[in-house]
Amino acid sequence: MDVSIFEVVGPIMIGPSSSHTAGAAKLARIARNIVNEPFKKVTFGLHGSFAMTYKGHGTDRALVAGVLGLYEDDEALADSFELAKQQGLEYEFDQIKLENVHENTVKISFLLEDGSSYYVIGSSIGGGQIVITNINGFRTEFTAQYSTIVINHYDKKGIISEVSAILSNNYINIATMRLSRNARGEEAFCIIETDDVIPHHVKESMEELENIIQVQVINVTD
Amino acid sequence: MYHNLQELLNIATEREVPLWKIILENEMKLSQMTEEEVFTNLSRRYKVMESSSHKAMNQNLHVEGSLINGLAYSQNQYARQGNTLSGELINHVMALALSSSEVNVAMGKICAAPTAGSCGILPAVLIGVKEVRNLSEREVLQGLLTASGVGAVVVKNATVAGAEGGCQAECGVAAAMAAAAAVEMAGGSAQMAIHAFSLVIINVMGLVCDPIAGLVQVPCAQRNASQAVNAIICADMALAGMTCIVPADEVVEAMYRVGKQLPSELRETALGGLAATSTAKNIQEKIFGH
Repeated sequence: MDVSIFEVVGPIMIGPSSSHTAGAAKLARIARNIVNEPFKKVTFGLHGSFAMTYKGHGTDRALVAGVLGLYEDDEALADSFELAKQQGLEYEFDQIKLENVHENTVKISFLLEDGSSYYVIGSSIGGGQIVITNINGFRTEFTAQYSTIVINHYDKKGIISEVSAILSNNYINIATMRLSRNARGEEAFCIIETDDVIPHHVKESMEELENIIQVQVINVTD
Repeated sequence: MYHNLQELLNIATEREVPLWKIILENEMKLSQMTEEEVFTNLSRRYKVMESSSHKAMNQNLHVEGSLINGLAYSQNQYARQGNTLSGELINHVMALALSSSEVNVAMGKICAAPTAGSCGILPAVLIGVKEVRNLSEREVLQGLLTASGVGAVVVKNATVAGAEGGCQAECGVAAAMAAAAAVEMAGGSAQMAIHAFSLVIINVMGLVCDPIAGLVQVPCAQRNASQAVNAIICADMALAGMTCIVPADEVVEAMYRVGKQLPSELRETALGGLAATSTAKNIQEKIFGH
């Protein structure tokens, strides 16, 4: 049998819904890790079933808990509004309509301390699993089940081979790699999922490369 | 290696060991864990189950907007006064199951088994049997292995999602898992455990998923209680020697087929069954304004 018993009994989570509560909290937490900069306000654009039923499932509290960095099994999740208030974080919820996305999708827009903004779109696809589908307008597709490197770079020749050289020099095996750009030579994203945990010095080596704008690392233990 | 319940049973029978041993060996290989690591992981889950099963039983959580406040507390009080119709164990197990359902609604910590909506059934049965048979925690964790192992077969070969298979796939499978565990915990054979599993499913075949206002409250809490009881009585029937004349894998297949035949209105969309009554619609209007 190739289905683990821990997929059947588990996850340990905060109720009431694995998709509308646990998945929502994870989505927001991963989005926070992608942004990885201080922010003062977050706007949650709720689509589909999220927009229709968020109140009854605690989706709103779960999302705020996630951007505060709380895990899906943290009992403080129910008190996230109070925690946000204490930390001076503003938040609001809007109903939005997105094209060609899963029923349980949210667009999380961060207003950063420096006044700039950053957004992440993701879906909660059931059983607490998520998929991040868009970062600042760049299409992506990763589930945060593997350690993941999100590289924001300029679309120039040679970047990908330099990045993969750093990984192979550190004995890190690439599970999947996806590239996304909106125009040739302009800003682009490269998402790499790996079989191994990504140490901090690997992130630093990548940041030293030419034409790199930003590197974020999401280890699965995060 | 097994791919279905019959193969699992054949291996256990041939080696004259309980199902949980075969399931343990499979998991150690699959997850690359030692025996103790598997038990440590199970124990972590069981601790959460114990806590959610008791938390709402001894106090009313008074959750704002909840439709199921105080159900576990009342059931427990009733069970303890000793003048019940179905006996103390059954009433106690219902109270335990209702407690996890209430904790889930209260945004408390639960362990999905196999889902959040059905999280009260397996813990209630494990705890009920542990108490009535005076078992050690290790023996309960062996029961948890049996339950999760047979559940894994359903995840692989059918579904445990209400949105796909209705309540029969969610609460029904939770109860079938619990019944198999209860039989082995009570000293019954692997064969009896598989019969108990099948008997649960045939008793719940066709049950629809029709949550009022789409919330995991009514009738989910009541079905956690009633399916925990279904598990206990089917374990008793199997221990008494009752067999299911249709093999377990065919029963699972039938359940899966019935799930697919259910119209989408009866699969977690809150558009049919109890959710489509005028009372349910009024409740939905009050909560969501639509």
